[in-house]
Amino acid sequence: MRYDTLVIGAGFSGLAAGIRAAMFGRRVLVLERHYLWGGLNSFYKRGGRLFDTGLHALTNCGQRGPKGTPLGRLLRQLRIPFDTLELLPQRVSEIVLGERRVRFSNDPVQWTSAIAELFPNDADRFTTLHAELAAADLDRVGAPDRSARKLLTERLGDGPLVDFLLMPTAYYSSAREGDLDWDQFVMLYQAIFCEGMAQPRGGIRPLLKLFVDRLIEVGGELRRKAPVVRILVERDRACGVELEDGQIIAADHVLSSAGWPATMALAGPAWSVQHVDTRDRTRITVLETISVLDTPCERIAGPRPLDCSTVFFADTERFAFKTPEDLVDPHHGVISIPQNFGTPSDWVGHEPILRVTLFAHPDKWHQLPSAEYTQNKRAASDAALALTARLYSDPRPHEVFRDVFTPRTITKYTGHTGGAIYGGPRKWRDGTTPIENLVLIGADQGMSGIVGAGLSGIAMANRHVLGASREIPS
Amino acid sequence: MTRDEIVIAIKDIIQQIAPDEDLSSLDKGVRLRDQIELDSMDFLDIVMELRKLYGVQVPEADYKELATLEGCANYLESHLADKELHCASNA
Repeated sequence: MRYDTLVIGAGFSGLAAGIRAAMFGRRVLVLERHYLWGGLNSFYKRGGRLFDTGLHALTNCGQRGPKGTPLGRLLRQLRIPFDTLELLPQRVSEIVLGERRVRFSNDPVQWTSAIAELFPNDADRFTTLHAELAAADLDRVGAPDRSARKLLTERLGDGPLVDFLLMPTAYYSSAREGDLDWDQFVMLYQAIFCEGMAQPRGGIRPLLKLFVDRLIEVGGELRRKAPVVRILVERDRACGVELEDGQIIAADHVLSSAGWPATMALAGPAWSVQHVDTRDRTRITVLETISVLDTPCERIAGPRPLDCSTVFFADTERFAFKTPEDLVDPHHGVISIPQNFGTPSDWVGHEPILRVTLFAHPDKWHQLPSAEYTQNKRAASDAALALTARLYSDPRPHEVFRDVFTPRTITKYTGHTGGAIYGGPRKWRDGTTPIENLVLIGADQGMSGIVGAGLSGIAMANRHVLGASREIPS
Repeated sequence: MTRDEIVIAIKDIIQQIAPDEDLSSLDKGVRLRDQIELDSMDFLDIVMELRKLYGVQVPEADYKELATLEGCANYLESHLADKELHCASNA
């Protein structure tokens, strides 16, 4: 059995890479270990209900339309018409830092005004910086590993203003402790504050279906329940894979969204030992509590209504984000409320859902014995909801069902080491590995989130499978 | 293919890549990127579609020749002389 291109993983990066290769005549097979596609952005059924595993929001066109935005570019490259996506825009989001709060929406003016009001002495230099960030060309990738905190502090001084910019961007990326890479920061700043956020109608499933259908439409193949156990390497060149059932599949190119450590492990211990080290260990991951409620969040009685689409919170005066000392960090997290996207009429017949994410230790959850694991899941999710009650209103009296997933759950279903959701600390921007024709796609190549993952798959397929070059002289 | 047919072919490829762009009043002498929203990824797709549909390989050094419709016609005239116009929409 032979293919031109094998793709390991049917998440958004794998599906997008497969679509691009197949669009231009390559014989493509996408291999997924799980019985469902989607990877970190998949869905599952529990308690008779359908839940999304990872989706909080998609960064979309905001008010300008998709042209020139990463989402627009993604859809164009895959030739998926923009209007096949039904996007429900966010209503309003909030960043909470101790006693301070700032709201923003899909209108960037609301964000810049709110910051200017909260930090009047820094308004001018913030406005200048915002304009630069909004206009930055994401294709011009500069030197890697520049500290966003350092550069922001140089521009804005060392104070909570920097924290407001860092918090959402750090939470939605594979942050280093309290900091992230400057280029990642710029990309996420544009995505969150300039382009706007939305939920696809129906959650992740219809969006995934669009990608899967497109892959099949252009002649790609997809096989589920097909875990790859080995990447076959001959004379430092990838030449295929072996599946769990023993089947050998030969290929000219192997694109892997399994992440750097797992990909090297698939190539073999010699590769792993030589190339994967402590720099690659996941530092921070998540524990998410999903509560189904009997009342829409915004109508729950309490001091502050739960009327936000997304909340980024830190209950400290300054943002100091690092690997939790214990199982979870009770001070930092994200609240995501799907029904606060779009309008109430979009959610008729749907049960209200509240999602609270806390940051979690990557290893400690994997090490817990079973009984303790269950207890600790309960305790962590109770803490998440207690925090929500303190910041806004108490959802607990309205809970009809709860599900919780931990770093262990993530590793179990996606195979990603340490339950990483945004890849590891090191990135391979050009996708190359020490093995010829073995290419990384997904978060470890450099981008995460739905749009990031899709663009990663596309860019790497373009460059390494289709032979597209990096620069187009204008 | 004649020069006019080449222009039709390129426009057809562009329409496949950018279905929401209005190509009806494109100026052949003006850079495409100044008239419609085409980024570097889109340009690569034009090159790849040319290869897929007509077997033409455009080396990287020659990409700049394709900046305008006129430039496309000039550059591709000899390469596509013996080829038939093939609408991407029917591919």
